[in-house]
Amino acid sequence: MSELNTAVQEPKAHPRRKQKEKKPNSLWSDAWYDLRRNKVFLVGTAIAILLILMAIMPGVFAPQNPLACNLVDARQGISSEHWFGIDNQGCDTFSRVIHGARISILVGLLTSVVTGLVGGVLGLIAGFYGRWVDVILSRLAEIFFAIPSILGALLLLSAVGRDAAGVWTVVLALAILAWPMVLRIMRAAVITAKSQDYVTAARALGASPFRISVRHILPNAVAPVIVVCTMNLGVFIAGEAALSFLGVGIQSPNISWGLMIADARNRFLMAPEPLIFPAIFLSITVLSFVMIGDAVRDALDPKLR
Amino acid sequence: MGRYVIRRLLQAIPVLLGSTFLIFCTVYALPGDPVMILGGERRIDPVLAAQLREQYGLNDPLIVQYWNYISGVFVGDFGETFQGVQVADLFAGKFQVTIQLAVTALIIEALVGLGLGLYAALRRGRWQDHAVLALTLLLVSVPTLVSGFVLQLVLGVKLKTELGIDFFPISGTEAGWRSFLVPGFVLAGTSIAYLVRLTRTSLMETLRADYIRTAVAKGMPRSRVLGRHALRNSLIPLVTYLGADLGTLMGGAVITEAIFNLNGIGQQLFQSVARRENAVVVGVVTVLVLVYLLANLIVDLLYAVLDPRIRYE
Amino acid sequence: MKKRSATDVLPAEGGLGNEPLLTVDNLHVEFHTRAGIVRAVNGVSYSLSAGETLAVLGESGSGKSVTAQAIMGILDMPPAVIPKGEIRFHGTNLLTLSEEGRTQVRGERIAMIFQDALSALNPVFTVGWQISEMFRVHRGMSKRDGMKKAVELMDKVRIPAARQRVNDYPHQFSGGMRQRIMIAMSIALDPEVLIADEPTTALDVTVQAQIMELLAELQRESNMGLILITHDLGVVADVADKISVMYAGRIVENAPVHDIYKAPAHPYSKGLLDSIPRVDHKGQELYAIKGLPPNLLDMPTGCAFHPRCPYRQDNCVTDVPPLYEISGVRSSACHYWREVLDGSRG
Repeated sequence: MSELNTAVQEPKAHPRRKQKEKKPNSLWSDAWYDLRRNKVFLVGTAIAILLILMAIMPGVFAPQNPLACNLVDARQGISSEHWFGIDNQGCDTFSRVIHGARISILVGLLTSVVTGLVGGVLGLIAGFYGRWVDVILSRLAEIFFAIPSILGALLLLSAVGRDAAGVWTVVLALAILAWPMVLRIMRAAVITAKSQDYVTAARALGASPFRISVRHILPNAVAPVIVVCTMNLGVFIAGEAALSFLGVGIQSPNISWGLMIADARNRFLMAPEPLIFPAIFLSITVLSFVMIGDAVRDALDPKLR
Repeated sequence: MGRYVIRRLLQAIPVLLGSTFLIFCTVYALPGDPVMILGGERRIDPVLAAQLREQYGLNDPLIVQYWNYISGVFVGDFGETFQGVQVADLFAGKFQVTIQLAVTALIIEALVGLGLGLYAALRRGRWQDHAVLALTLLLVSVPTLVSGFVLQLVLGVKLKTELGIDFFPISGTEAGWRSFLVPGFVLAGTSIAYLVRLTRTSLMETLRADYIRTAVAKGMPRSRVLGRHALRNSLIPLVTYLGADLGTLMGGAVITEAIFNLNGIGQQLFQSVARRENAVVVGVVTVLVLVYLLANLIVDLLYAVLDPRIRYE
Repeated sequence: MKKRSATDVLPAEGGLGNEPLLTVDNLHVEFHTRAGIVRAVNGVSYSLSAGETLAVLGESGSGKSVTAQAIMGILDMPPAVIPKGEIRFHGTNLLTLSEEGRTQVRGERIAMIFQDALSALNPVFTVGWQISEMFRVHRGMSKRDGMKKAVELMDKVRIPAARQRVNDYPHQFSGGMRQRIMIAMSIALDPEVLIADEPTTALDVTVQAQIMELLAELQRESNMGLILITHDLGVVADVADKISVMYAGRIVENAPVHDIYKAPAHPYSKGLLDSIPRVDHKGQELYAIKGLPPNLLDMPTGCAFHPRCPYRQDNCVTDVPPLYEISGVRSSACHYWREVLDGSRG
């Protein structure tokens, strides 16, 4: 005479389950259903798409050539011709801000993908094989994790030298210190997935370890990794700006918001526009990706429902 | 308990060795010859250069250099710069500034984060809750780089010129503890947001627990149910987060120090990288790794104190 | 000795002549959820006198626990709403009492035991702290005196080496011992009513019997009224005086315990009884009530049990059966209770 029914809990279940009871819903279709209705996600995505368009074809958005500057005009305030004023070098701030989107978004996306892949694969290996493989990989992750990230990246980029500094060096410097976070999450998710009954069942049926990890464990462990990678996007974008600000990241004549802030800081209190506008764009970019990350987490983490 | 501490300490050693070795290798790979950079514009006499290299062990293999260095660190000797200044002495003042900054940030974080988080949890689902959550979104999104300059302009300059309030210094440490208020808040920014959210979810989860229902059924007044039964349980993850965050704050202080012209270790590291003062660079990062590991160890112990289920495992 | 802090709002023990100790009268509880209104309790009535044991029987979702939580006043409101009904304790309607007044009743005069003692006890405080809290908060005792009381209570519920174990944490006890601690805590202030919500469900069968025995013994000693909520008919047979069977938020049958075992008057009670494995039926197929309990968001029309009922007639689909009185102490919410009664006698 066991507890048969959960009638009281039923109404709390997902509203969609009622409508389409025939089809079993996967985590992904449920998540997608949630996302499409989440205002935070929609606003964040709209901003992000606009920013990505800016990054792909800045010429369409920017009224002037960001590199055609006239020192005579330096630090002019806001005007109808120069919406965001003119910076210390006499360049149009608005055009430079538009062109700055490319590197920010490129670094953010690439770093997220690199950390996701490296941390994800190593986490899968550590979680799946366990034992000494796990011990070695986990300790290695701890070693990298113990180094403060901005300082570590500062050192790595200094070692590379300014001449070689560029998008990829910044991406790697950020990724080298960030992958352990993904490894931890992937490893934990794999270990949880591994102990589920269906994996035991697959093993009992004689499925090969590779097949088990690809078919049975990965789909269930990948959700938390996607969540953390999305949420990290904003962190990496801010990280690039910080490193460029410190002078070890993106180098002139490339345009980076962090670099623009660094260039404008000396005369910031007299002429705030050249600093404030890249700062605002940087914040909006981070905000849009944080919003997406938040929404993705809410959609993919069933515990929070 | 004693065995637990010892086990945790032993586990921290390979991490410490690994991290510092990594830093050592990176510093070793920094471009340029430190001895030549020491000379600056002047060409250094090759005989003197060779002598210096010998004296500082720069001709030894990397691993030997590392071993000489790290064995010194364990007895508190961080080596000396090429100018003959003891690195440990150089650190003293700088670390004090960074620690003051990080501790101020941590206090602000704890007060604001716990306060807003508890408030949001108790107003769950109402407009106050939504407002707090929107605020955290904003806090997470504004990088230190931005909030630092903006607050410097608003609190340090506009407040003084427009309203005549000169309470927040915007540069240096002359004004004592007040100097650290704005930088502390800037440094804590993102952490505050995470702590608010963590506090909110933690308390909400606790309030759903069966033992809270029991406490109500025991006829405990609401204040006691919240203040004794719920808070004690929700605090466990929060203390963990705060403890671990001290290391993060110290390591992340470099940007804040640069904006507010605070002469802490971040600034020191930045200068020393440019001057190729390898001993200082490695020293700074080693100490930060130590702080991180120590903070985590303390957190683990606190965890055991707060949650009796851990203690007896 | 005993200080009744609630006297200002409630009459003292045995105040009003014939009124039972506790009366639940036409209670309705709804949960307002995003998916709609869930009517968890639909007009439940029962009463309890001092020294009496009432067993409330039903599957999960039948509303038996929600009713108990409404008595304790520990429902989360919102989402729960009580649109109708009264819960009278010594003649005073608890539902109209101030929160302060209810806090004085809770734990002090009506106490409750929960199903899973591991999650119902606070993991970060010692059991002694949790038991003595009752004395410290309700009686203003010192820590030391409270602890002394806690040890006495742990002795009383037969926890071995109580004096040493008083400073242990809940996770250091076995399931049965934890439930004993829960019981010790609930009887600390000699409540007049004790509600036990599935007190033995999480325990081994042998421990179940010990806990039931302990409850019955404590009840005899102090003349408490005991409400025993369970889904397991077997558990209550020896201790209950009367049984109320609940289905889909309603009481479907009220009966003295022996009558219902002899001959149930509602098809659902009959189904429950028939599905108990019995030694004398060895070799026969075990009976199970067919179908699933109803979705509370989408209740069947008429009698809620009709989709699963072997006695169903056409009017069961349309007419909600009232509680038909069978005798002074028995009633059944089935249009065809006579047939059921005859059928189970035969």
